[in-house]
Amino acid sequence: MKMDLIQPFINSADAVLSQGLSGTTKVGSLSMEEDGYRRKGVAGMVALSGDIEGRIILDLEPQTAVRVASHYAGAELPESDALIKETIFELANQVVGNAVCALNDQGFHFRVHPPLLLTSDEGDKTSEDVEALMICFETSLGNVFMNVALRHNKRRMADHAAASR
Amino acid sequence: MEQFAPVKRSKDGQPIRYLIVDDSVFARKNLARMIESFGGQVAAEAGDGLTAISEFDRTHPDIVLMDITMPQMEGIEAAEKIVQAHPEARVVMVSSVGYQENIVAALQRGARHFVQKPVKPEVLYEVIKYVLGEDGVVATAAGAGV
Repeated sequence: MKMDLIQPFINSADAVLSQGLSGTTKVGSLSMEEDGYRRKGVAGMVALSGDIEGRIILDLEPQTAVRVASHYAGAELPESDALIKETIFELANQVVGNAVCALNDQGFHFRVHPPLLLTSDEGDKTSEDVEALMICFETSLGNVFMNVALRHNKRRMADHAAASR
Repeated sequence: MEQFAPVKRSKDGQPIRYLIVDDSVFARKNLARMIESFGGQVAAEAGDGLTAISEFDRTHPDIVLMDITMPQMEGIEAAEKIVQAHPEARVVMVSSVGYQENIVAALQRGARHFVQKPVKPEVLYEVIKYVLGEDGVVATAAGAGV
């Protein structure tokens, strides 16, 4: 996997979580996802299309999601509260948005799609040219998992190269 | 949340009224809490650009806080339409997708400023004061400026 694509997402998640949760965030384990995605709890997915395509999933175990959403809301939320899902969506948006800014500065152009709630327990195994990386962020409110599966869109990159000649 | 010295309208000493536009309920609540900490009032909320235009016409807020990526009509287009109809409108874009193309496009189409998400209250507070200019005044504890 191209770490130059992944690193902006790690940096962004680290910054967004550290600021939002008012505490230090530690990047914990990193692992390659080999058997397809397995949801851990409340998961929001943001898709990218353009020079880089793929998806980013932010996934929190249910109790961690409640704690994180309650922290942002400033009040204890019940596990069923719709604001929990909204919080995870917005966090995913912020992580992707900030990473996209960094990648845009490097010359990549793409579109960020609105976040989707993942409801199935398992996802498809990624294809041979798209490896997925799972990163665990250890926060004071629990672990936040980010699953990143991206690849360069070779056709678009070739088009850009031809246009700039 | 940290409390800031209230920012009031200089013409009548009333709280600044805001229209918050974001498709995320979470983001709207977060911004509303910041606005309250600035001594402002939420005049209306909208979850998309089309609703933002009608809510602006209905409430005539002092400041619009506008997200970019939204369903139906995106924020930059909505900002442009609001400013075309109301040249005095003060629209501040608030988005996580803050790369240069978006910032330039928003400013060219009438937005007054751009704030990157996650929003830091102290940054938004300074932007609000800057955008209001002489139309806003920071009220002191003794009530100066009211």
